[in-house]
Amino acid sequence: MELTFYIAAAVAVLATLMVITRYNMIHALLYLVVSFLAIAIVFFTLGAPFMAALEVIVYAGAIVVLIIFVIMMLNLTYEDVQKEKEWLKPSVWVGPAILSLVLLAELVYMITAAETAPAAAVVAVDARLVGLALFGPYVLAVQLSGILLMAGIVGAYHLGRQKKKVVHRFLQERSAAA
Amino acid sequence: MNAVSMEAGLLLAGILFLLGMISVMIRRNIIFMLISVEIMLNAAGLAFIVAGSRWVQPDGQIMFIFILTMAAAEVSVGLALILQIYHQLKTLNSDTANFMKG
Repeated sequence: MELTFYIAAAVAVLATLMVITRYNMIHALLYLVVSFLAIAIVFFTLGAPFMAALEVIVYAGAIVVLIIFVIMMLNLTYEDVQKEKEWLKPSVWVGPAILSLVLLAELVYMITAAETAPAAAVVAVDARLVGLALFGPYVLAVQLSGILLMAGIVGAYHLGRQKKKVVHRFLQERSAAA
Repeated sequence: MNAVSMEAGLLLAGILFLLGMISVMIRRNIIFMLISVEIMLNAAGLAFIVAGSRWVQPDGQIMFIFILTMAAAEVSVGLALILQIYHQLKTLNSDTANFMKG
């Protein structure tokens, strides 16, 4: 279990280092997903499996997809299909693939090790305890984070709205006639 | 008792936080700066998880859930701001957005 932690930590640091040195945004996001997956493995080794699942779903799923959507909306790349083909060469995806394979091997090892030795050394704080504390002493903070998310939705809608140009129909008719 | 030492976990969190901070300082692309802020928030959450695992208490994981919520709200508002900046300035360079319009 200790070795899996160190390998996952090394993968996380390596992937993060690749994120901050890329020039292409999509390549950086690929490495960012690998970094989040590695940190999820770290959470798993630390005895927080529920948080590992949340890390994969929210960080590697929702947030990265949101950033990809915005990159697509910005329409930064006007290159043609030839350029697209050039982007898909193996040197783009082989780095994230190797790092993800290391993580997959660790996951398979941990699942098989848990089957052979059910009394593992790690004391897990399971989701039941977290839920009990979350809706017990922390219920006010849960409501506050609900308010924060609502403010986030309203703010993102308001800021992201495109201003429509309003032209009087008389001017529209004149510009159509001219 | 836990097999992984707390120092190693905190060291990992510190290294990730430092990488994110360096990236915020050196990159001028505003989307990269947002990504780096995500990395820093994630590292802070990792530190909470390590501490919660050290004392076998659920509080660290609860703090991680709140950090997650905050990061989701922050990235949605930040991306909306990036869209507006791009439509106004036609660039993603954060140094061009240094003027104010009252």
